[in-house]
Amino acid sequence: MAIRTLLVANRGEIALRIQRAARELGIRVVQAHSAADRDSLPVRLADAAVEIGPPPAKKSYLSIPAIVEAALRVGADAVHPGYGFLAENGEFADACEVAGLVFVGPTGDTIRAMGDKVEARRLAAEAGVPTVPGSARRIHELEEAREVLARTGLPVMIKAAAGGGGRGIRIARDAEELARLWPQARAEALAAFGDGGLYLEKRIERARHLEVQVLGDGRQVVHLFERDCSLQRRRQKLWEEAPAVRLDPVVRERLCAAAVRLAERVHYRGAGTVEFLFDEDSGEFYFLEMNTRIQVEHPVSEEITGIDLVKAMLEIAGGAPLPFRQEGVVPRGHAIEVRINAEDPGRDFAPHPGRIASLELPGGPGVRIDTALYPGYEVPPFYDSLLMKLIARGRDRAEALARLERALGELAIGGIPTTAGLHRLLVRTPEVRSWDVHTAWLEPWLESNREKLA
Amino acid sequence: MAKKEILSPLPGTFYRRPAPDQPPYKSEGDPVAVGDVVGLVEVMKSFNEVKSEVEGKLVRFLVENEDAVMAGQPLAELEG
Repeated sequence: MAIRTLLVANRGEIALRIQRAARELGIRVVQAHSAADRDSLPVRLADAAVEIGPPPAKKSYLSIPAIVEAALRVGADAVHPGYGFLAENGEFADACEVAGLVFVGPTGDTIRAMGDKVEARRLAAEAGVPTVPGSARRIHELEEAREVLARTGLPVMIKAAAGGGGRGIRIARDAEELARLWPQARAEALAAFGDGGLYLEKRIERARHLEVQVLGDGRQVVHLFERDCSLQRRRQKLWEEAPAVRLDPVVRERLCAAAVRLAERVHYRGAGTVEFLFDEDSGEFYFLEMNTRIQVEHPVSEEITGIDLVKAMLEIAGGAPLPFRQEGVVPRGHAIEVRINAEDPGRDFAPHPGRIASLELPGGPGVRIDTALYPGYEVPPFYDSLLMKLIARGRDRAEALARLERALGELAIGGIPTTAGLHRLLVRTPEVRSWDVHTAWLEPWLESNREKLA
Repeated sequence: MAKKEILSPLPGTFYRRPAPDQPPYKSEGDPVAVGDVVGLVEVMKSFNEVKSEVEGKLVRFLVENEDAVMAGQPLAELEG
């Protein structure tokens, strides 16, 4: 049954993005918000709004009972979780279902299977998707880790089974370091995730981060090609592109087919992303993890395919089959997204909430802005630092880069420091222009360009 | 005895413990020296230690654990 009233259980730019998709489908939108977000644009633009708790996320956007109760109170028949917060919480998906609400996303079981990184690796291997050499199951004892090391070789990464998103990763360059880091990693995993299970993966040096956008209806799965997110700082993406630069068409086909196989293996429903490490020298790719939600960087895939992913999510959640077939997904041109965060690149990216004193937005051909900012808006200190996504599209990468540089020149955010200046430097950097980068490229570059960032 | 206050250096969410499964940095009645950590303020997912700029005995906290705080807001009251 098609959704009639949707509760948006998120905030900021993604809340607006979801509202826009819902409105185009004729769905009534109710915006859930904390006390800190009363004056936010998503609250102002929604058909109705409902307060779910005090400013700290734990008591509002992360409170399952508060959100479910609010959804029922406002007569919503569906809940969109966005990204972050409860988007990858299987218990939240279950709680929605138990309350008779449609959760816009996969089932709780799918979320849990992919959230357990060891289980996800197992499912990937079962679906014939290449995984990074490492442990086949979760390990607790150092002795077992040593056995795995004999197969993977060095360096090796110690990861938390319940982790993900790059959190809690340690790198051991020799057996002695492994022995030293092991108890730390266990204790930290236990404290952070309530689960001390670990696993090992061989560290692929100088790898690029590629990811495939998939969309499923619980029966069939299609892909919307890949994104390249190799520009990262502390494993947080700052710049994303579609399609991946210099990717051999044969490798692209294998990569996308592998992502579809994994998603089909779990009868995937909704929008998801299968992440891979790509070794450009060998042309090999390895499964990293699957994110069972819409991602921050989804717009670059939308820009090259012309498909509205969030709208497709809502249609599928309403019971419709996939709105298009694989043959209907035709990529055109190139798109680049940069993340404008409320962080000061000159002060080690210290987050900086505060008032947006002035705001001038770029426009013109091929420029898309996803943001919930307005002049005079007070950026609260309680949530993520993402302020805006600036997306530039062109008929090829050169045109996308030129438009990005032009748009960054038009953008002016007054009042608080942002990462816009960093992107103005990056867009003119030769290695970025030639895409001679990998996931560990940006940090040393930031280190050697300190004065320019100040 | 003179009353003193520890102020929040930043806006955000206040925590009295380094991690949920660990004991609080300071309890009421504890002595506090200049530079002692009394809590954390989370600003946009980054955690900042709150160090006391005064010394004395901690009389009481003025905010609850996980409360939203503003920059300059008194967090705890000291005497001595």
